[in-house]
Amino acid sequence: MGRFVIGALAVLAVLAAIPLWVTNEYFYFAAYVVLQFIVLATAWNILGGFAGYVNFGSAAFFAIGAYTAVALFKAVNLPLPLQILAGAAVSGLLGLGVGLLTLRLRGIFFSIATIAVAIILETFIINWSYVGGAKGLPILRPTDAPLHFQSYLQWLFFVMGVVAVIAVACARYVQTSWLGRGLRAIRDNESAAECSGVPTLQLKLAAATLSGALMGAAGAPFAQYLSFIEPVSAFSLTYAVNALAMPIIGGMAHWIGPVIGAILLGTVQQIVTVTISSELNVLVVGVLLVVFVVAAPEGILGLVAKLRRRVGSTK
Amino acid sequence: MDLELLYEAIISGILLGCFYAAVSLGLSLAFGLLDVPHIAHPSFLVLGAFATYMLGLQGVDPLLAGLLMMPVFFVFGLAVYQFYYSTFEKRGTDTGLRGIAFFFGVAFIVEVGLIVAFGVDQRLVEAPYIGTSTRFGEMRIPNRMLVAFGVAVLITTVLTIYLAKTFTGRAIKAVAQDEGALRLMGADPVRIKRFAFAIATATCALAGALLIIVGPVDPGLGRLYIGRTFCVVVLAGLGSMSGTVVAGLILGIAESIVLASVGAAWAPAVAFGILLVVLGVRPAGLFGR
Repeated sequence: MGRFVIGALAVLAVLAAIPLWVTNEYFYFAAYVVLQFIVLATAWNILGGFAGYVNFGSAAFFAIGAYTAVALFKAVNLPLPLQILAGAAVSGLLGLGVGLLTLRLRGIFFSIATIAVAIILETFIINWSYVGGAKGLPILRPTDAPLHFQSYLQWLFFVMGVVAVIAVACARYVQTSWLGRGLRAIRDNESAAECSGVPTLQLKLAAATLSGALMGAAGAPFAQYLSFIEPVSAFSLTYAVNALAMPIIGGMAHWIGPVIGAILLGTVQQIVTVTISSELNVLVVGVLLVVFVVAAPEGILGLVAKLRRRVGSTK
Repeated sequence: MDLELLYEAIISGILLGCFYAAVSLGLSLAFGLLDVPHIAHPSFLVLGAFATYMLGLQGVDPLLAGLLMMPVFFVFGLAVYQFYYSTFEKRGTDTGLRGIAFFFGVAFIVEVGLIVAFGVDQRLVEAPYIGTSTRFGEMRIPNRMLVAFGVAVLITTVLTIYLAKTFTGRAIKAVAQDEGALRLMGADPVRIKRFAFAIATATCALAGALLIIVGPVDPGLGRLYIGRTFCVVVLAGLGSMSGTVVAGLILGIAESIVLASVGAAWAPAVAFGILLVVLGVRPAGLFGR
C-alpha cells in the first residue's frame, strides 16, 4: 500500500473516532462546512487548476446536487449515501454539458457561460414548486444516527469526511496519471496540445464531468445539514467564490493545494463568523483572493517552495 | 397575449433596451476593445448607483450626481487599469486565469463592502421625474424610463462620435486592432488603454445614476447585470458601439415581452439565456470585429 492510501485510511479512522471524545455539537456544525469546502475546492481545481478553465458556476453544481437529493428524499425517502450518489450523477451530467461548452469557449467566455448556466438553473428551481420554489422547503431530518454516532449531525460530518477523502483521491489520481499530463498540456497551450495528438475534448469532458460530480456530492447532504433548503442560499455566490479562492490561495499545481486552502480559509471563516460577523467573513475571502492573485500567484504551495529554495541556497 | 399588450411590451422594451445599452457601454470599451476580463463592471455600476444615492441624501439630483461622480470614477479607472497592467499584463504570466480571478475578487469585495456599509436593503432616490408618468394615447410611460432613455441615447451618441472622430478615440480603436503596430508608430499603447479604461469607468458613474433612477438598487444587483451587460456586449460583437445599441434593444424587448407574458420570475433568465445561445452559436456576435 502506498503512503497515500495509508494516510487516507488514517484520516477516515480519526474522523470516525472523533465522536468518542468530542461531544460539542457546534464542532460538527463547523467542521462539516470545512470538509464540504475541501470537496468543492478539490473539485474546482480538477477543471480550473489542472486544465485552466475557470468555473464561476460552482454554486449551480452544488445546488443541483442538493436539490436532486431533496427531490429523491421527498419522493422515495432515499437514504443519505444514495442521495449523494444521485446528486453526484446529476451534477456530473451537468458537468458534461458544461464541458461541451469548452468546445467553442475559452478563457473569460467560458467563465461567463458558467455564470449564465448558474442563473438559469436558479431561475428554474425558483419556479419549481415541488422542491419548495422560492419559499424553500423544510426537511425533517432523521433523529437517530447509524453506527456509533450520537447525533445525525455527527453522521453527516463523517459522511462528508468520506466524500472529501474520495474527492482528494480522485484529484490525486487525475494529477499523477496521463489525464493530468494531458490537462496540463491543455492549460499551457491548447492548440499545441491538440496538434501533438492529445485528445483535448475527451480530457476536458472527463475533467468537467468529474469536477461537476464531486461538487454535486458536496451539495447533496446540504438540506439534511440545515434541515431546510431554499434557492438563494443553495445558489449562493459564496460557494462560487470559495471554490475558486481556496485552490488559488492554497496553490493550484498540486492536489494538496485546495485542501490546504480549504482548511485554512474554512477555519478562518468559521472563526470570523462567530467572533465578528458573517458579512465580514465573505469579505475576508474576497480580499485574500485578490491579495494572493496579485502577490503570490502560486499560492501557499508556491510560497513554501520559494522559502525552501531560499533556505537551501543559504546552507 | 393580445396585440395591445405586445405593443406596449415592445415600447417599454425599446426604452429598457437603450438603458441596457447605456449600462453596457463601459464594458464594451473595457472588454470589447481592450480585452480586459472586466467582470467587476456591473459592480462599478452598482457603486455608481450608491454614490448617487449618497449625494441624493444631500438633495443632489441623481443625474447631476452621476455627472459629478464622473471625474472621480475616471481617476478610479486610471488607478484600476494601472494596477491591473503592472500586476498581470506586464508580467505576462497566465493573465487569463489570474486576471479573471482578480476582477471576480474585486467584484465580490465591492458587493460585500456595500453590504457591510449599507445593509442588504434596496435603496431609492427621489427626483421630480421619478414616480410620475406621461400619457401617450392609450399608454402611460413612467417619466423615469423616458429620462433614462434620453440620457442613454445621449451618452451612446457622444461616445460613438468620440471614438470615430477624435484623435484619442481613433487611437483607442487602433490599440484594439493592432497593439504592436501602434507601438511601432511611436505611440504608447499602455497610456491609451489606461485612458480608455478610465473613460469606461467614468461611464459607470452616469450609468449607475440611471440604474438607481430606473429602479431600486441593492448591493447584490451587480450579479444580475453581469448577465445583462455581457449579453449585450457579446451579442453586439466585441467593441461595436452601434452593435451595443441593437443588442441592448434586442435584450430589452425580449425581457419586457417575457415579463408581460410569462411573469417576473423568469425575467432574470432571459439575458443569460440569450448570452448562452449567442456564445454557443455565434461567439463573434452580430457585428463582430
